Amino acid sequence: MTRETVNVEPLQAVKFYQTGTFTVGNRLLDEAQRAVQANMRRTNSLNSGHRACQGCGEALGARYAIDAAMQAAQRRVIAVNATGCLEVFSTPYPETSWQIPWMHSLFGNAPAVAAGVAAALKVKKRGDVKVIAQGGDGGTTDIGFGCLSGMFERNDDVLYVCYDNEAYMNTGVQRSSATPPAARTATTMSVGPHPGNVFGTGKNVPLIAMAHGIPYVATASVANLRDLEAKITRAMGIGGARYVHVHVPCPLGWGSDPADTIKTARMAVESGLFPLFEAEAGEITARYRLRKPVPVEAYLSLQKRFAHLFTPQRDDATIAAIQSIADRNVRRFDLA
Amino acid sequence: MLEQIEGSLAIAKAIALCRPEVICAYPITPQTHIVEGLGAMVKSGALEHCEFINVESEFAALSVAIGASATGARSYTATASQGILFMAEAVYNAAGLGLPIVMTIGNRAIGAPINIWNDHSDSMALRDAGWIQLYAETNQEAADLHVQAFRLAEELSCPVMVCVDGFILTHAVERVDIPTQAQVDAYLPPFEPVQVLDVDAPVSIGAMVGPEAFFEVRYLQHHKQQRALGLIPRLATEFREQFGRDSGGLVRRYRTDDAETIVVALGSVNGTVKDVVDAMRDEGHAIGVLTICSFRPFPLTEVRRALAHAKRVVVLEKSLAVGLGGVVSDGVRKALSGIVLHGHTVIAGLGGRAITRKSLRELFERAERGALGQLEFLDLDWNVVEREIARTRRKRRAGPTAEAILRELGTVASQIV
Amino acid sequence: MFQVRIHGRGGQGVVTAAELLSIAAFAEGRHAQAFPSFGSERMGAPVMAFCRIDEREIRLREPVMNPDALIIQDPTLLHQVDLFRGLAPSGFILINSSRSFHELGLQDFVSGFPADHLCTVPASDLALEHVGRSVPNAPLLGGFAAICGQVRIDSVTTAIRERFTGRTGELNAAAARAAYDRVVRQRTQAQSDADHAHA
Repeated sequence: MTRETVNVEPLQAVKFYQTGTFTVGNRLLDEAQRAVQANMRRTNSLNSGHRACQGCGEALGARYAIDAAMQAAQRRVIAVNATGCLEVFSTPYPETSWQIPWMHSLFGNAPAVAAGVAAALKVKKRGDVKVIAQGGDGGTTDIGFGCLSGMFERNDDVLYVCYDNEAYMNTGVQRSSATPPAARTATTMSVGPHPGNVFGTGKNVPLIAMAHGIPYVATASVANLRDLEAKITRAMGIGGARYVHVHVPCPLGWGSDPADTIKTARMAVESGLFPLFEAEAGEITARYRLRKPVPVEAYLSLQKRFAHLFTPQRDDATIAAIQSIADRNVRRFDLA
Repeated sequence: MLEQIEGSLAIAKAIALCRPEVICAYPITPQTHIVEGLGAMVKSGALEHCEFINVESEFAALSVAIGASATGARSYTATASQGILFMAEAVYNAAGLGLPIVMTIGNRAIGAPINIWNDHSDSMALRDAGWIQLYAETNQEAADLHVQAFRLAEELSCPVMVCVDGFILTHAVERVDIPTQAQVDAYLPPFEPVQVLDVDAPVSIGAMVGPEAFFEVRYLQHHKQQRALGLIPRLATEFREQFGRDSGGLVRRYRTDDAETIVVALGSVNGTVKDVVDAMRDEGHAIGVLTICSFRPFPLTEVRRALAHAKRVVVLEKSLAVGLGGVVSDGVRKALSGIVLHGHTVIAGLGGRAITRKSLRELFERAERGALGQLEFLDLDWNVVEREIARTRRKRRAGPTAEAILRELGTVASQIV
Repeated sequence: MFQVRIHGRGGQGVVTAAELLSIAAFAEGRHAQAFPSFGSERMGAPVMAFCRIDEREIRLREPVMNPDALIIQDPTLLHQVDLFRGLAPSGFILINSSRSFHELGLQDFVSGFPADHLCTVPASDLALEHVGRSVPNAPLLGGFAAICGQVRIDSVTTAIRERFTGRTGELNAAAARAAYDRVVRQRTQAQSDADHAHA
């Protein structure tokens, strides 16, 4: 008995708003296009019961990322976690919210430990099992940087996901090399003639990853969770060293409203301060063109860590300096 | 099969026979020849089913081993001196996680001042991290201990350090009986992990443990080492039965039964001491030597049993607890608790200073005469020391000590020792 | 126990010489221990290597303080380094040189030594001639076999051929044998000179 495929046109033309964000509701999309999180059979790899703060961007990002990875890998993923918020809030002794094999070793060695896991799997001919390493910005851009570069250079078969909340949040909001200029942290207080973090040269780890020529690099944000899932899925289909850098607001450290986590993340993207792009073998292959550009103020004003730029009086010079960073990103990454 | 072979290569061959699955290496003198040997074996295909990874630091090396071991692969690395310090965090981590990694330490001094020659300061710096520490007296023992180490590590689920004197053993070419694959396979079964990252049975490894449970977890590590006190001799006995020679064990006694003076030492210096002991025995001196092979766990009972009847004990050690004195002698004193005898600590060989028969003979005779202090420094040049002390007293900004002494010594290369 | 100390400069194969000597002794069923003394490792710096040979297991781990034989691979060390320190009064000295002990200015120092314990052999020249590189260690080992008979020349050439495979091994072995022959002749001459002197 044969079956014919029949094309069924919708009975009513539906105008989709906010195209490209899939916020119209997964049920109206092809199954293949639906979010992993919309699937009743999602793995809940990072299960409920963890101790993250209300509105934690990292918990949101990790949940989406790992479940997407699990779907892509037929539920065979081992995760290695650096010390940090995610590690601490996901494993409050004696509980764990991880439903996948998961290991925490040290702060600075997640890339190397993951490389070891990958090597063991290779030797045991378990090419079906995939390895993900996870760390915050502290563990990735600072203390784990050497190991990260080693992993890139060897092209170890590991997907490294960095959840960037722009400071050492777990230890009390201290500055990291990912902390943006002018931001208040516990070690860059908003006092004195130059309040907040310095205007340094910055450390763009996605670009550094690209400079290593690894197979896949992407930036993502909890502002666009479907995009995050898609990038993780794409990464899971590629072998070798891969790096995804996810922007995740931290309401506690940023002084933002927990209800505004996704909005804050979206302002970072639409202002140009956090460009979204993908790259393969060192060349950018896709970028998100700003759909509704906003001035940086729309982003900064949502966060108390930048409050000193607005009160007691506006610091136009600093806001302008931050704006020029955003403008440069728009030019450099062709976001307009 | 008997081979005339460099110590490092003998160790590499022994490790290869243990069917390691992941080897990660960062170069540091004097362990380089070991990992180079293993690397060549993997690359040529002589050592199969093994991933050899060149890492970017010692910290990465042990971290790779941690990940591999947690995934159920038999893992190995090697380091020395500055390298073991650079990976210090990971050393504690591996022990705390109970991962049966085997690591060779090519014993070398720790800087500053930078020094590439042999002493025990590196392994001693990490003696309390929870790793089992075994010290090899000869290259034969160095090779054999690695075979025993994998077995020991995997039975206990505890990492093991095999300590081999840098240059003195690692770079010496001597006769070693390399076992056959069949012999090693009969002694060392495949790795069956206590805990493993497995997609079919997920576990979380490495969570934070607070005051409510940390103490018990840490105590259980200590308990594991107490178990090792029983397992190490059993494995050594089994080794003797299978391979036909004595290697390893907790301690080794040489002519101590009726000795009045007993020397205690770790590692290769025991060979030189034995030659001196024999010469002195020929002249009627009642002297013997106790070799400690297992330094962690420290074999308190065996040491006590071996030394209790002696009149005097001379602990000859290549490690200095700056500000206190001996390191090994602390353990020996603990073992002799309650027993009254003359105990002497002799610090020797630091930074590769040669330990000669002549100096040892003089030292032991002084001990017999009761002319030895509680803490002595063998062949320390007191003139140099006194001149330097005087120099630094003369003015505040006297400049670095090491460089000043070297300037005084003149051309080092023209000296024999 | 027979103890050998080899002096040379970095790059002259001093360490290899000690190892090959130990391998030759091993091949003859004896125990041997070879190890280097590490100073700065750059090319041209004075280096030493040691080799002990014995019928029984060698437990001693100190540098060779009292050599029974010295091999001096580089005569420019002669008046710079205390090469002869600890040498036994009837020890053997083999120097890489085409000049005699007298010409090297050593006659006073070696006056008490048996004449056939003192040999020079132009090892660098022999190496250059046979192998094309003036690395003197292989010929000196041949000379060593001749001067004191601690190892047979065949054991030396076998060890050389195993270490340096193919043509290089053959050429080095030939250089060793050439040096061996020279030293044998030199010793025979020295012995006959001594006999004549006594006669």
